[in-house]
Amino acid sequence: MSDVLVVSEHRRGELRDVSLELLTAGRELADALGGDLHVGVVAGDVERFADELNRPGVDRIHTVENGEEFDHTVYAAAVDTLVDRIDPTAVLTPNSVNGLDYAPAIAERLDLPLVTDVLGFAYDDDSLTVTREMYGSKVETTVAVEGDRFCLTARGGEFAPAEGVGDAEVEAVDVETPESGARVKGFEEVGGGDVDIADADVLVSVGRGIGEEENLELVEELADALGATLSSSRPIVDNGWLPKNRQVGQSGKVVTPDVYIAVGISGAVQHVAGMKGSETIVAINTDPNAPIFDIADYGIVGDLFDVVPELIAEFE
Amino acid sequence: MKVLVTVKEVGEADDDFEIEGTDIAASDLEYDLNEWDDYAVEAGVQLAEAGIADEVVAVTIGPERAEETIRMALAKGADRAVRVWDDAFEGTFADVSSKVDVLEAVVDEEEPELVLSGVQAADTAFGATGVALAERIGFDHAAVVNDLDLDADAGVANVHRELEGGIEELTEVDLPAVLTVQTGLNEPRYASLRGIRQAQRKEIAAKDLGDLGLTPADVESALTLTEMYEPESDSDAEIIEGDAGEAAGRLADVLREKGVDA
Ligand SMILES: Cc1cc2nc3c(=O)[nH]c(=O)nc-3n(C[C@H](O)[C@H](O)[C@H](O)COP(=O)(O)OP(=O)(O)OC[C@H]3O[C@@H](n4cnc5c(N)ncnc54)[C@H](O)[C@@H]3O)c2cc1C
Ligand SMILES: Nc1ncnc2c1ncn2[C@@H]1O[C@H](COP(=O)(O)O)[C@@H](O)[C@H]1O
Repeated sequence: MSDVLVVSEHRRGELRDVSLELLTAGRELADALGGDLHVGVVAGDVERFADELNRPGVDRIHTVENGEEFDHTVYAAAVDTLVDRIDPTAVLTPNSVNGLDYAPAIAERLDLPLVTDVLGFAYDDDSLTVTREMYGSKVETTVAVEGDRFCLTARGGEFAPAEGVGDAEVEAVDVETPESGARVKGFEEVGGGDVDIADADVLVSVGRGIGEEENLELVEELADALGATLSSSRPIVDNGWLPKNRQVGQSGKVVTPDVYIAVGISGAVQHVAGMKGSETIVAINTDPNAPIFDIADYGIVGDLFDVVPELIAEFE
Repeated sequence: MKVLVTVKEVGEADDDFEIEGTDIAASDLEYDLNEWDDYAVEAGVQLAEAGIADEVVAVTIGPERAEETIRMALAKGADRAVRVWDDAFEGTFADVSSKVDVLEAVVDEEEPELVLSGVQAADTAFGATGVALAERIGFDHAAVVNDLDLDADAGVANVHRELEGGIEELTEVDLPAVLTVQTGLNEPRYASLRGIRQAQRKEIAAKDLGDLGLTPADVESALTLTEMYEPESDSDAEIIEGDAGEAAGRLADVLREKGVDA
């Protein structure tokens, strides 16, 4: 005991970035616990993935070759088996859409306290404290976890990806594929169409602060005046006010324009995931505590209905 | 079939807020039905309207104040509601497993064939309750569902799971199942005046742990909130001051410097 098991993630033949980030988080935790870092890789081309995951700091890699793509029944069974073999103190998975499709189940099955969307942790005097956010990223919290084993899901983009070549042992593990009541039939790509917001140099991006569909005209005018392309946060697309191909974020597009102007967008983590790489970020928001200001280069704390018309006038 | 929808009342922080102890001061929170649960309620009501569901029951774990929120679910078309609360929850930070203890007991009483829950609660954002519940009650599940086609005769839910980066996974889930509903699945309706009037007459059964055959020890949380603070901003954002005209003028200069000009 005192080991850490990190479960990696891949999709359609590619390891996802968060997998390498989790190696860093896992090593940190294993050091604090004084144990080894084990990595599980489940389904697909496990040998190639194991090769890519073999970074300094990893002690052992366990490959489970059942299936090609993510299947929560297989992942849960694999983690169950690995936990049985390794007896780790901590199970660490990505806080991704697929991570959240099996980690809560495995925590429940193995009776492990679960903390999701973890940003950081400290382990002192045999007790774990994690850092996470609440209230739409407006506050940060520390949470003390009781118990001698636990399951954590870590937020992507919070830990540096592990680099270099390691010398972990790689071992294949047999897991019987359980009968599954959820069968993956295929994948579909959405959000295609005439515009690719990822190509734009300047984006005017509109969020729920716009209030009503008819107010969209105002930001369209701004985009025109600036020679910019219009994009949005998720609620605008959920409401059907703009097509899916305009959505910036985790479940939309990742954009890196020269200038990104966020108008009435709070800066939720899933939105920021899609635009934090922009060269210059401008935010217009009435709420001085909106998390978007934490990543902005320029901000105006004010009502978009006052500021945007003035800005349009400046460019006409 | 009976559909159980889990709904949570969530607090949203005002623009100006104070932290008292380990939470935002109640007077600086606006309470509302969790956005994701609004879509889950709508999905349940649409199944009833399509003649697939015979009854839609909403369940919440929350104090008396939460009745206002659960009335909203009733006004939008849920048939009745169960609200569970107990002194044992007062002042604690419930973990996923203790909520599942309660929800499991409600599932045992209600025997639904489909449980709809939200992807996440907007305030605490665990994103985990639905999937953990599925494991506990032996249902299969799908997380982050943004398209649902229920084939009651075949006993399956055909869903899309919205993955990252504009990719959806098409999955067939056997019933009984728990689905966690993503925003955009449907268009949640506004409560009509008639709906609001009818909601006043619908039942909200208040239960405590004892009513569900549970004890405070069953729902003890492994988590304690030890601190809450405003995150240190690592940004060096220049906040442009002045009235709207001045601020816009200064921002226009900045944008031109960056090469923005039609
Ligand atoms: C699995 C998952 C995936 C997700 N994927 C995405 C994604 O890809 N993209 C995405 O954007 N979100 C995504 N989300 C949703 C995300 O969590 C937030 O709900 C969403 O980003 C909020 O959008 P918003 O900022 O427009 O709205 P809000 O958070 O409601 O913010 C509105 C902002 O407007 C401000 N405002 C209000 N009135 C005015 C005014 N008159 N003038 C100026 N400002 C004003 C408010 O102060 C507030 O900050 C995802 C969520 C989940 C769980
Ligand atoms: N106190 C609660 N009462 C009822 N349902 C809840 C409660 N907390 C969470 N849920 C349900 O679980 C979903 C996910 O919440 P969470 O796992 O807390 O982020 C929510 O959208 C609700 O549907």
